[in-house]
This record gives sequence, C-alpha cells and structure tokens, in this order.
Amino acid sequence: MITVEHLTKRYGDFTAVDDLSFEIQEGHVYGFLGPNGAGKSTTMNIMTGCLSPTEGSVRIYGHDIFQEPNQAKRLMGYLPEQPPLYLNETPEEYLRFVGEAKGLRGAGLAEQIQAVVEQTRLREVYRKPISALSKGYKQRVGIAQALLGDPKVVILDEPTVGLDPLQIIEIRELIRQLGRDRTVILSSHILSEIQTMCDQILIIARGKLVAFDTPEGLERALLAPSEIALTAEAPANQVEQVLGEIDHIVDTQLTPQADGTVAVKVKTDGDSIYDVSRAIFFAFARRNQALLEISLKKANLEDIFLELTEGTEAAPAPEAQKEVDET
Amino acid sequence: MTAIFKHELRSYFHSLTAYVFGAFLLAFIGIWAMIYNIQAAVSNFEYVLSSGSLIFVVIVPILTMRVIAEERKQKTDQLLYALPITTTQVIMGKYLALLTVYLIPLAVVCVYPFIFAQFGEVYLLTAYGSILAFFLMGAAFLALGMFISSLTENQGFAAGIGIAVILFNYYSVSLSEYVSATAMGSMIALLVIALLVGVLIRHLTGNENLAFVVCLVLMAAVAVCYLTDSAAFEGLLPKVMSALSLFERFNAFVNGMFDLTAVVYYGSVIAFFLFLSVQSLEKRRYN
Repeated sequence: MITVEHLTKRYGDFTAVDDLSFEIQEGHVYGFLGPNGAGKSTTMNIMTGCLSPTEGSVRIYGHDIFQEPNQAKRLMGYLPEQPPLYLNETPEEYLRFVGEAKGLRGAGLAEQIQAVVEQTRLREVYRKPISALSKGYKQRVGIAQALLGDPKVVILDEPTVGLDPLQIIEIRELIRQLGRDRTVILSSHILSEIQTMCDQILIIARGKLVAFDTPEGLERALLAPSEIALTAEAPANQVEQVLGEIDHIVDTQLTPQADGTVAVKVKTDGDSIYDVSRAIFFAFARRNQALLEISLKKANLEDIFLELTEGTEAAPAPEAQKEVDET
Repeated sequence: MTAIFKHELRSYFHSLTAYVFGAFLLAFIGIWAMIYNIQAAVSNFEYVLSSGSLIFVVIVPILTMRVIAEERKQKTDQLLYALPITTTQVIMGKYLALLTVYLIPLAVVCVYPFIFAQFGEVYLLTAYGSILAFFLMGAAFLALGMFISSLTENQGFAAGIGIAVILFNYYSVSLSEYVSATAMGSMIALLVIALLVGVLIRHLTGNENLAFVVCLVLMAAVAVCYLTDSAAFEGLLPKVMSALSLFERFNAFVNGMFDLTAVVYYGSVIAFFLFLSVQSLEKRRYN
C-alpha cells in the first residue's frame, strides 16, 4: 500500500508536481496517464526515492521513503524511463549486481535470478552483452532488474515507449502477468495502453491529479450519454414518429435540411447503442424510407482525457478511436 | 557496499582501465628505478617514488574520470538511487574498488626494494615508509578525482579538470615563489578563494542564499583580519599554496622522515573529498 500526501516538486518558479495526494491499494494495476511533461516521471522518481519532493511525503507500507529509505525501497522495484543498464555487461552480470545490491546472497540470489529470467524470457540472451540486445530485450532486462528481490510493488515508467508493435504486445503481456501477484504502477501518455492494461487510472495534468477511477467509472462519470447521428430522407414529423417508437432514446434533436432530408442527433442512455441503432435502421426500412447516413459515437476515454487535460500544450496520440461509422 | 565494490572492480578489469593504469604506473616507476637504483646505483628507493609521482597527473584521471560521470551519462545513477543502499555506501564501494586497482601494481612495486637489497645495501625502512606515503598520496588523488567525476556527466571534462588540478598541485610549490607575497596580494587571493567556496556551495546545495551568506561571512572575516593585522598576510599566499600541495608533503618521506602529520593530512584530504562526493551525489536528488 502506498500513500502519497501533498506531494509538491518545484524547480525554481516551475511547479512540476502540484499538491498530489492519492492512495494505492494492493493487487491492482495502476496507470498514470497524462500528456508529456505532466509530471508523471517526476512523481514516480519521488515515489522511488530518486528525487526529493519540495513538500509532502510518500509512505510505502508505512515506511516513509526518506525517513526509512532502505525498508521502503526493498518493497519496490523501479524501471525508470530509460532503463538503467550497464551496456558492457551481460544480463547475467547485471542481474547479479542488482540482486546483491538488494541484499540477496548465494542460493537465494541464484533462485531469484532464475525466476525473473524465466518470467521475462531472457534465457536466450542471458550471456550476450546488453549493448547488443534489441530495445525490447533491453526493456525486459530493465523489468527483470525491477523484479529482483520479489518486491510487492513494481513501478514502470513508460515501459513500452520506443518499442515496435510486436515488442509492445510482449511487454504488455508481461505486465499483465505481473499484475496477477503484485501491485503494478505504470505510466504512459498513450491512452489505449492504459485502458487495456490498468484497472485503476490516475490522470495527471500540469502536475495535478485530475481523475482517479476505473476505466469504466471514468467513462460513466464523465461522458454524456452516447450519441447517434443520422440523416433520414423523410419529413420531420414522420421521423419524429418513427423514433418515438424506439426504446432507450433519451433525447432527439431534429434539423430539417434544405434538400428535404432531416439531420437528427439521438441521445441514448448509453448501454445499448448498437441495439438502438439497429432498431432505428429497421424502423426506417420497414417504412421504406431511406437512411442516408448513420454514425455512432461511443463513450471513449480519449474525450475524457482531452476534456480533463485541456489547456496543456501536448495533445495525446490519436489512438484508441472508438468511433464506428456506418453508412 | 560489497555489491558496488565487486561491480566496480569487475568493470575495471572488464575494460582496459585497470590494466592501463597498472601498466603506466609500473612502467614509470620501473624507468626511474632503472635510472636511479640500477644505472646510478643509488641505494634510496624513495627517490624513485619522488620522481615517479608525476605519473599521477595522467593515471589518476584515467582511472577516475568515468567513475560517476559515466553513471550519470548512461542514467544508471537512477538505479543506484532506487536501490536500497545509501549514497555513502555507493561512494565507499566505488572508492574501495579504486584503491584496490591502485594497490595491485603497488604490491608489485613493494617487491623492488627487496630485490635490490639482495644485491647491495638498501634503506628498507625509508623505502617502505615512502611506499606507504606514496600509497596515501595516490589515495588522496583518487578521492579528488572521484569528486571531480561527480561534478559532471562528461568523462573528457572530468579527465581534463583532473589533469589540470593535479598538475597545478604538482607545480604549486614552484609557482608559489612567483606569486605576490605582499599582504595585499594575499588578501585578494583569499577573497577569490572565498568566492570560489561560495560558488562550490551554490553548485552542491543549489541554495543561493546559503552560498551568498557563507561567501559574505568569509570575505568579511578576511577583510576584518586584514584591517586588524595586515602583517600576518605577508607571504600568506605562497604559504597556502605550498600547504595545499600533496606532493610537497611527500618530500618529508623522501628525505627519510616518517611524517605523521602528513599521514593525517592525506587522511583528511581523502575524508574531505569522499564527503564532498557523497554530497555531490546526494545533491542530484534535490536539484
């Protein structure tokens, strides 16, 4: 369990982290989401004792990271944004060093190294110099390092950045595995990644925590009911009549067009957007009236993310578009 | 600490550093041993060490330039901060590894006086006394070199500064004869030193106010002392310069004296720079 209280980090006049407070419970995968420069890395660096806060405290299972650093750090494994690897060493030598520095010795050390090498699938590159490894393997050596000492919490800063799609899938799979028996905290500026891997999301913007919820919770809480936009080739009163027969419609907004068609915006109650659009389609079809266009807009985290972090200069990558277009 | 020590030691022997360091040291001392002890048949091994000590200018920076600068450059210092070890343990582990690399060629040198003693009379006591002093002097330079490495992430820069500082230290006694010995000159030099101390504090702590206050207090103290007793400032600068010379202290041993104050002096220099290195590493957490 990690308790972060009133964390603030200032560099001169610039405030990187601004009065951040949250609590992390055992056994979840947490995601720090925010645009570049939002303060994700700074927060992680403070949580792991690499950086001192200007104000505030971090406690790992009751151990303050600055009062009792050794006890606190033993409970955590950290992979910084750039994996801290000694390039002229092999994973074997590197992992032995990290293990020893974490206080492991003898048979216990060998056993742990064996286990993390299996888990991160480093066996085939175990004796190759790290400098010769691909970026994906380097990242895995970095994760292996974090796992040594069997920490309860694993903190990964942008674990998939700069990897190719296949490597990203592998690392995500690995992180999902880790999440089964320990607490994982990872950061990313890519929304889809956080959405698929995490069961708790912390959105950070301009150093402030703007949201902390499950992905579903965020969607429910923040997004307006889902919307269907359609254009029908029929008089407005008929369109109104057809739509009136369909369930789950909360609101309709009709705009007659100059060419005799009607543009409609339909708001649904959120859960049954496909059923509603299907019902609309058949209702018009039964009357032999044409639907010239129908498009669905599902609730999506992208909008929440943009809404919450609006005003920051860096826009998120336009991935995870959940828009479905039908004509 | 043992983990850091073993890791550092392995990396020195993994790369060429340890071998280059040892080879340079042994070659240089070997040349002087040949000139003095064999060619000129002098029975004092300490003269060899005295002449050989100039090699520190080259080999200490070779060994120490990467010790912390490289960690910073490769961002592996993040790992050191995140591991459950203190910065003092990191510095001590690194320093002990440096000492070990230095001790290995020195152990070979220890055999020389003994071999020479088989073929003639050698003053073994003064020879081994000065080898000990030679070790302490080198250890002090290694601590200095490590501190310089902790100030930057550029190895080349660390090496350049290291060479300049040790070279200046080597010639500071000779130079001290040429600097102004007047009271006024000494006072100005002290004011400059006070300013440098302020800059160093500013760099290490990032606290401008503290640096400013310390600098101001030191300058005021110098000014007050100068106004009350300007005679004490006569010849102060040359004295300070020769007092700061690590090489100058070694001369006592070369002249056959086991100077305990010099041993304490070297010990203090080592402790001082190790302390500064820890602070320099610790400071990164606060920048």
